[in-house]
Amino acid sequence: MNQFAISAANLVKEFKVNKHVVTAVNGLSLQVAPGETFGLIGPDGAGKTTTTRVILGLLSRTSGESSVLGFDSMNDMYQIRERVGYIAQQFSLPPNLTVMENMLFFAGVHSVDAEEQKKRIPELLAFAGLSEFSNRLAGKLSGGMKKKLALACSLIHEPQVVMLDEPTLGVDPVSRREFWNLLGNLRAEKGLTIFICTPYMDEAERCTRVGLIYEGKLIVDDSPANIKRVIPGHLLEFTPSDFSSALKLCNEMNGVLEVQTYGEKLHVFVDDVLKCKTQIEDALASQGIAYDHLREIEVRMEEAFISLIRRQKESVEQNEMIGEVR
Amino acid sequence: MSAEPFTARNHELPILIQNLTKRFGDFTAVDNVSFNVQSGEVFGWLGPNGAGKTTTIRMLLGLIKPTSGNAFVLGFDSATQTKLVHANVGYMSQQFTLYSDLTAMQNIRFYGGVHGLSSDELRQRIAEIIRTAGLEGRENTLTGSLSGGWKQRLALGCAIVHHPKVVFLDEPTAGVDPISRRQFWELIYQMAKEGVTVLVTTHYMDEAELCQRVGFITGGKLVALDSVSQLKQTQMRGQVLEIGASDPEKAMRILKAAQLNGRIPFDEVALYGAQIHAVMPDAQKYKEAIQRLLMGEDVQVSSIERVAPTLEDVFISSVKAPAAIV
Ligand SMILES: Nc1ncnc2c1ncn2[C@@H]1O[C@H](COP(=O)(O)OP(=O)(O)OP(=O)(O)O)[C@@H](O)[C@H]1O
Ligand SMILES: Nc1ncnc2c1ncn2[C@@H]1O[C@H](COP(=O)(O)OP(=O)(O)OP(=O)(O)O)[C@@H](O)[C@H]1O
Ligand SMILES: [Mg+2]
Ligand SMILES: [Mg+2]
Repeated sequence: MNQFAISAANLVKEFKVNKHVVTAVNGLSLQVAPGETFGLIGPDGAGKTTTTRVILGLLSRTSGESSVLGFDSMNDMYQIRERVGYIAQQFSLPPNLTVMENMLFFAGVHSVDAEEQKKRIPELLAFAGLSEFSNRLAGKLSGGMKKKLALACSLIHEPQVVMLDEPTLGVDPVSRREFWNLLGNLRAEKGLTIFICTPYMDEAERCTRVGLIYEGKLIVDDSPANIKRVIPGHLLEFTPSDFSSALKLCNEMNGVLEVQTYGEKLHVFVDDVLKCKTQIEDALASQGIAYDHLREIEVRMEEAFISLIRRQKESVEQNEMIGEVR
Repeated sequence: MSAEPFTARNHELPILIQNLTKRFGDFTAVDNVSFNVQSGEVFGWLGPNGAGKTTTIRMLLGLIKPTSGNAFVLGFDSATQTKLVHANVGYMSQQFTLYSDLTAMQNIRFYGGVHGLSSDELRQRIAEIIRTAGLEGRENTLTGSLSGGWKQRLALGCAIVHHPKVVFLDEPTAGVDPISRRQFWELIYQMAKEGVTVLVTTHYMDEAELCQRVGFITGGKLVALDSVSQLKQTQMRGQVLEIGASDPEKAMRILKAAQLNGRIPFDEVALYGAQIHAVMPDAQKYKEAIQRLLMGEDVQVSSIERVAPTLEDVFISSVKAPAAIV
């Protein structure tokens, strides 16, 4: 037995496609302690879903080790399933069962006794905002409502560990907050261990630790605060009246390390806040570009993600160039 | 021609909805909604899960018939001139609808063929779409084994393969990474510049900020309809204080308690990434009290200032208690 809730060491997963091999997970190691909330983030196709499914034992691994609560992914699948709640990225609930029938079905699968069912099902339905729709067929729920029902079903057996693959996809902003509050409560009250893949960087922010996966490898594994600290420079934010001119102007400016777009705002990483703020103000004024709310803000995971991926890509390209020169 | 008496103006409008209502049994999913979208406009169709967004789009596409009221696309009556509507629009549905057992390229070819593209046009479009979707090297991968984010990119490509004049995108960016999210929006804007009209739903409020106009629907009713900047003025009943704290989760608990016991009249306190957004009638008045309260419980306050509301603040405010009925 090891002391980790989830662990993987040098995990490799290859898919054979036609005649060639796709390496979806490429020597990945991670460890999640009990009670931790671990967020797995990374670009589309980086290997998040595959990693999750291999750890759960739903896909066989090509090599390496992986386990959940000390149970081996390949050999102890049954033990794992009993103790873990899982939501697949692309799931489907039985569409011809009603909301209530779905809950009862999952409760049955996990042998939740009748007393417990009576208590938990109403709680979970209320959390999912589905109490008044308990007789509606799952197939007739809206996209987000289906997702919430899946969440409720995955928590019915009070698992010790949940592995959630993009659980809040299509869930509205208010419910997304409620979902995270619920996870927070479960963590505080029951010591639930949470492993979550997410494309939402504000959710990554709420994890105790975040792993950034890139082409099947974990390239960063740290707390959100430490990850953000690694990004060089300070961050200025403003809303220009003329977006593309302002973007160009910042890109060409001395002391600007990186420029990102965020909605209608520009995010500019600079080496020196005072110097660059004045520079930007002057340049905008001289080009007659109006702007709003130019100020320093704290770096968030959203900016950190973009910056880290950008630098990773650049370093891969640079290595390729060095290789070619040689 | 439809029997509906529509005026010349209707013809010019890419999207026109008049008193549209849809009931399923005795449940009203869309309740007397009216709005229109101008040519070349990017219109955000927003609201919580189950609000009626997808149902509205399905009526615009003629996939389901309204219980009462009318939907017109490019002057065609969606209910009676469905074929003409389909020939001129692109639709990316919330549910994944590509063929899993076709390769990425075969899917594009299939959708191009359905819309009657010549083989020359097809060849060109396939190359363009593969490139914009970043699917180079994956042309021959079975769509079913593409990752979730890549499927979304391909689905967007297939929806616009025939250069439609009006495009309906139902949560196009659900599950795509932060970098490709930005690329999706660049593409949406590129299309709009070329005169394409876009109606888009999303649960990412930072993206919705990019729409020229947005409509908020909740419980089937249109509750707000305006430009983003106008909505921020008319829909927010309160001011937003942004708080940076050493321990955001603890700070949240303290502020929530203060809200409950009425010590500070917060309308809303919510985590916003690593920061806290607190909404209250008079931010300036309570700023110091909040700071003292947090410091008193050993939470360091790194920043506390009034900020302009984000669309997410507005969303929460509108959905909780609709202020204006359009
Ligand atoms: N069954 C399969 N057969 C072949 N290749 C596969 C299969 N499943 C996944 N892949 C490939 O493995 C890689 C990783 O995919 P995975 O779904 O794990 O990515 P992801 O990080 O979850 O992406 P997303 O954020 O878009 O969901 C991709 O190249 C994908 O095409
Ligand atoms: N065929 C149907 N029969 C019964 N009810 C339906 C049917 N289709 C939709 N509904 C209900 O209509 C309401 C609106 O659903 P719709 O899919 O339009 O929501 P939405 O705003 O798109 O939500 P989401 O953000 O979750 O996608 C929901 O309560 C849904 O359950
Ligand atoms: Mg995935
Ligand atoms: Mg929908």
